[in-house]
Amino acid sequence: MKVLLRNPKREVEVAGPITVHALLQRLEMSPESVLVIVGDELVTHDVKLADDDAVEIRPVISGGAA
Amino acid sequence: MKCRVCKGAAVIDVRRHNAAFCKEHFVHHCDEQVRRAVHSHRMLEPGERVLVAVSGGKDSLALWDILVRLGYEADGLYLGLGIGEYSDESGDYTRAFAQQLGRPLHEVDLGADAGYTIPEAAAVTRRSPCGACGLSKRHLFNSVAIERGYDVVATGHNLDDEAAVLLGNVLRWDTGYLGRQHPVLPATPGFVRKVKPLVRLGERETAAYCVLQGIDYQVEECPMAAGNRHLGYKEVLNALEDRSPGSKAAFLFGFLERGHERFAGEAEHERDELGECSVCGAPTPGTVCAFCRLRSQVGAIELPVELKVR
Repeated sequence: MKVLLRNPKREVEVAGPITVHALLQRLEMSPESVLVIVGDELVTHDVKLADDDAVEIRPVISGGAA
Repeated sequence: MKCRVCKGAAVIDVRRHNAAFCKEHFVHHCDEQVRRAVHSHRMLEPGERVLVAVSGGKDSLALWDILVRLGYEADGLYLGLGIGEYSDESGDYTRAFAQQLGRPLHEVDLGADAGYTIPEAAAVTRRSPCGACGLSKRHLFNSVAIERGYDVVATGHNLDDEAAVLLGNVLRWDTGYLGRQHPVLPATPGFVRKVKPLVRLGERETAAYCVLQGIDYQVEECPMAAGNRHLGYKEVLNALEDRSPGSKAAFLFGFLERGHERFAGEAEHERDELGECSVCGAPTPGTVCAFCRLRSQVGAIELPVELKVR
């Protein structure tokens, strides 16, 4: 499946099926710091992603506090 | 996962509450967290005019949306920081959302109205860009609110922001900042009240709120913030949270309930010693406020000889 990553914007290919939890582990991402979106829908960590899903992993951490 | 409330399919899990929610009940959860923060800290009174500091990012747009839906008379204030394409896009997101919400949006452009942009200020002074940005925002949010008759300024600082700031303040044992770190800073002469109604929501929740409510926000991070200390503190706290959900909330709310008052006296003492800036009249511990000193350093204003910064 194609996985869209942000900051910087890029795309990686990951073989499915795979759960959201396992996908984040494979990409070494903290579940606390991202949302996973399939199409236009948010998905929880137990959802199994298929090879033809368009997945976005969207970071939620913003900074810039003085 | 099933929604904790209705047992339908969940779209988001919130580990620190050991819960998952469907869209409808997640939006209700966000509303309730804001309502609880507003009431428990007495942030807003019915009928008050609220100025929401909006940047085009998830937190400020979510905050504006929730306050309006909860019935508050909340308008937006956007500061154009002059950070190239990033600022152009943030302005576009903010204006589009203001139109969608149907509420007035005030705008201040740092370059046109104050005589400098954040990259210029960072280059001329030896401040970090985030330092110059924070200073400018604190001054302008307050001065615009006073000029335009608002009772209170609301900012989109969330639980993660506040926990990261607390970690930084504790690591340096900065007692003055610890005394001022609170979801409500009351109005004092020259300052309107400042409130942080998102203090009970994490940034993963505010981002999820925007996605679920169809709020188009700027996902890209400010290019000038990359690698700053604040983001480092957030990474450390998220590593703790992964191992032990609820750590960030326990750290922040434990401080607010049991630690803050031990430092509050110092902040009050600092406030009592403030005078008026000789240039703009804003409260300041010195003769010229930090905002006017910055404007003078970048050549936007000329200070009288006796006030020149050495």
